[in-house]
Amino acid sequence: MSDNKNTERVIKKPESLYDSFPRKGNDIYNTHYCAGCGHGILHKLIGEVMDELEIQDRCVMISPVGCSVFGYYYFNCGNVQTAHGRAPAVATGISRAEDNAIVMSYQGDGDLASIGLNETLQAANRGEKIAVFFVNNTVYGMTGGQMAPTTLVGEKTVTCQNGRDPNYAGYPLHMCELLDNLEAPVFIERVSLANPISIRKAKIAVKKALTIQKEGKGYSFIEVLSPCPTNIRRDVEGVEDFLVNEMAKEFPVKRFRDLSKERDPVERNVSDFSTETLDKIFGVDRSLEISEGSEDFDDFKVKIVGFGGQGVLSTGLTLAEAACSEGKEVSWYPSYGPEQRGGTSNCSVTIAGKTIGSPVVEECDVLIAMNKPSLEKYSIDVCENGIILYDSRAGDYNADNLDVKDGVKIIPIPARDIATEIGNARAMNTAILGALMELGKDSPILSSDAFRNGIKHTFAAKPKLIDINIEVLEAGAKWLRENI
Amino acid sequence: MSEIQKPYPVISKNNCKACLRCVSACKKDCLKLSDEINDNGYQYAEYLGEGCTGCGDCYYTCPEPLAIEVHIPKRNKNL
Repeated sequence: MSDNKNTERVIKKPESLYDSFPRKGNDIYNTHYCAGCGHGILHKLIGEVMDELEIQDRCVMISPVGCSVFGYYYFNCGNVQTAHGRAPAVATGISRAEDNAIVMSYQGDGDLASIGLNETLQAANRGEKIAVFFVNNTVYGMTGGQMAPTTLVGEKTVTCQNGRDPNYAGYPLHMCELLDNLEAPVFIERVSLANPISIRKAKIAVKKALTIQKEGKGYSFIEVLSPCPTNIRRDVEGVEDFLVNEMAKEFPVKRFRDLSKERDPVERNVSDFSTETLDKIFGVDRSLEISEGSEDFDDFKVKIVGFGGQGVLSTGLTLAEAACSEGKEVSWYPSYGPEQRGGTSNCSVTIAGKTIGSPVVEECDVLIAMNKPSLEKYSIDVCENGIILYDSRAGDYNADNLDVKDGVKIIPIPARDIATEIGNARAMNTAILGALMELGKDSPILSSDAFRNGIKHTFAAKPKLIDINIEVLEAGAKWLRENI
Repeated sequence: MSEIQKPYPVISKNNCKACLRCVSACKKDCLKLSDEINDNGYQYAEYLGEGCTGCGDCYYTCPEPLAIEVHIPKRNKNL
């Protein structure tokens, strides 16, 4: 070919497709598709347009689940393969993180119109800067030709052997028509791979869709009526006949929308993933030394239990931050139901001198219970000679009416009264932490300063609450000193 | 050059899966399926040797990226 470069033009594989398709086995110069499959045809069209628009180095192709799952064997550009139906969601992420990327999602009818229908509609409705190639062949090809959302009425598949019955399985889903109801999409067209003429028209649509991406104008959607000779069980003429006289009757081949002239490029805020910004967001101080714990004391385990909204998780966090501030190894492990308020909620905190293996706490040294049901449920988890601190409003409990192991010390704390006296009833959990601080004042694990630092950390975003919580902490400690 | 160059397809026989799309697409009926089989056991598309107009329909209907090339001589005014 190179000898004749100046004297002839060669129509051949575009540069944007690889020269070979290495994978399992030796057959690396052929696609993995069946004979007569439409995917190869569309791959070539997309590759050709990538060449013509000179966008190869900006392109990211998202492969679906389905026959085209191995899109990355063929497209010589960025490639990601996603979970079933999730291509639009992943494409959204990539498109927003990499503003200059031209993101294409390549999906079949099972992937896009069934499991991925919601993602598809939402991404289209947001006007994401992606080009979607929707390959509609009316069946689930990869799994053996089952009925798909786009299977024609009366069409036989392995899961509708008498033909699709709309009374039982509904009607074929018209994706272009569905998306055409939305405001955001820039370009929507249905094309066909039936014959050379329609294939050339399809290329024009592909070029239009990718030009819109090159200019950053928003969402474009191309539905491609594509042959699956294997599953519709027809020969080459039969396939063309099926595409032209059956599929195109149900799915009219036409341009539904082209707003590429009217629309301006979509401007999105630039994402800032710099280390400095992330450190600021997460409050990371890189001047602090990170050292591995080597102190020798038994792991100290605390469980904090109650209802959601009682500050159960934040109490645990305060304790964890306290331990962090003294360079201890620490884990905080929350567990809660779906309710914002009122559901059960608990967290486990482990403070250790050495690396913690698992954050799961089965038996704890201290249980902090914020209400009656939680106290009764978790009291048995406290180890022998452990301690239970609970909100005294739960009632009078001792070893006789509570399910506990030997030697467990049960201390009711009038936490709400203590906190109310200082001026903020909502700080009652801090009062219980104060009691814990007092109990541990002679142990080497946490100093009183550590507790104060923990509170400063936890309330860093609400500085007004720091002083009052430290007061409540001291008051809780004082109460314990004077009453126990 | 003494004779006028004509367009012609180049078919890579081991990349053909005998789907017949190119044979069916060719307006000039100048492609056929071989009697022989290729390394993968398929009969493969063959050019009859004349008739090609360089329209590219065979290339565009072929699902295999590496199976068909169409060579189209450029017209040289000085020739």
